[in-house]
Amino acid sequence: MTVLADPLVQRMLIVGVLVGLAAPVVGTYLVQRRMALLGDGIGHVALAGVAAGWLAGSAAGLTQRDALAVPGAVIFAIGAAAIIERLRTRGTTGADVVMAILFYGGIAVGVLLIGAAGGTNANLLGYLFGSISTVTWTDVWVTGALAAVVLLLGIGLRPSLFAVTHDQEFARSTGLPVGALNMVVAVLAAVTITVAMRVVGVLLVSALMILPVAIAQVLTHSFTRTMNVAMVIGATLTTAGTIITVTYDVQPGALIVVLGVGAYVAVSLVASMRRARSAR
Amino acid sequence: MTLGGVEILHDVQISVAPGEVVALMGGNGSGKSTFVRALVGALPLSSGSIEMFGHAPSPADRANLGYVPQRVTASAGVSATAREVVMSGLLGAGRLRPVRDARERAERALTDLGIGALARRDVGTLSGGEQQRVLIARAMVRDPRLVILDEPMAGVDLPSQESLTAALADRKERGAAIVIVLHELGALTRLIDHAVVLERGCVVHVGEPPAALGVHALPGHDHVHPHPDPPERASGPLPMDVTP
Repeated sequence: MTVLADPLVQRMLIVGVLVGLAAPVVGTYLVQRRMALLGDGIGHVALAGVAAGWLAGSAAGLTQRDALAVPGAVIFAIGAAAIIERLRTRGTTGADVVMAILFYGGIAVGVLLIGAAGGTNANLLGYLFGSISTVTWTDVWVTGALAAVVLLLGIGLRPSLFAVTHDQEFARSTGLPVGALNMVVAVLAAVTITVAMRVVGVLLVSALMILPVAIAQVLTHSFTRTMNVAMVIGATLTTAGTIITVTYDVQPGALIVVLGVGAYVAVSLVASMRRARSAR
Repeated sequence: MTLGGVEILHDVQISVAPGEVVALMGGNGSGKSTFVRALVGALPLSSGSIEMFGHAPSPADRANLGYVPQRVTASAGVSATAREVVMSGLLGAGRLRPVRDARERAERALTDLGIGALARRDVGTLSGGEQQRVLIARAMVRDPRLVILDEPMAGVDLPSQESLTAALADRKERGAAIVIVLHELGALTRLIDHAVVLERGCVVHVGEPPAALGVHALPGHDHVHPHPDPPERASGPLPMDVTP
């Protein structure tokens, strides 16, 4: 338990729990809309934002050159989410190709810009695969504020966000502000990705949004309960991953995702065995 | 009215009084589903205008509307209970969260359609007929003055058809105006007061519903042959020929 007295471990646990709670909230809406891989794409673009922020920080002569990385990521991720939402709602021909160009262009620009800003491979890897073991108290406060926005809107607007993501045509007929609510989901996804980037990195960020929801779906069949159970699972995975990381020298982001995949396989196996037994 | 620069509907008007049921009929591509989807705001118009209750639909009009889309939308990526789906019918402009007694109202609406016991079931695991009843309960829980249903009997089993017909008869008795998009009359025949038939986006018949006899009872029949000059024939009833 002496490990828990370490301020770094405390910061890691706080950030991990916040991200573990917030990511599945947005993930539930993305899975509902069958857009589970959206987070992956926005994450790619967020890396370009990180790099742009880094470059701006270097140009401005800031002591901490990556001080503008998170604001940069937030702006780029929201921009990408807004473009994707526009393409989706307009049903634009070739929208998938445009999105692919956006995603891969984002990550390529990000890698080049980080290099131009004087970033090292270690810095780059930190954003690609997460760097929860380097969080500062400033990171904790920023993460806390962004996670609070996601939780407040994602849970507070749950009935109307459910209506819009479940049946958009009916939602329009009721007079719900469908366009605005769709944009709320897109912006929440962008903010969540920026927050979760610190824990699991842009390449694995989608997993933290989707895996807890996939596990919860095996356990329950109500939308509200799926979201609630997914939040508990998300927080449990990040906490367990953080604690194991402190004890053993493993990459935290990858470990959290592997734990999630393992939990999904185990829960699915138990559920299918139960179904087979009750069918007999 | 045009969509993507193509004229889809031309001066289509439907009058439906409180307590009246109108069938909106026509063959595939006649524009009947497009008409109701545009009317309820589900389709963005390139040009033209839509009026409901005699004026452009306002948020208050939407509150008085109960829409039942085609059933393909009953289940989605994340499971949801029948009660959750019906509760979403209590939302609207300026109401982003359900009313305090939403749960009770949703369960009552499901019970009215004979599926109260399924309130906590995953709507994706229900039969086609049960799913359709859930969607109708979602529209009815709004206590609407105008109910619009798009092909409500498509792929619905017989017990559900009877239950749906009874629920609509009850709503009709309580004074709701009802518009039903139909390909063929079927179980709803006894409820229909009059029919409006569309062909290529124009009204070609207003009056008695075509008898569901002979070829008109066959799936795939377009109900509107022969009609040489649709726009000019819009005001009067057309002979509904029962021979091919």
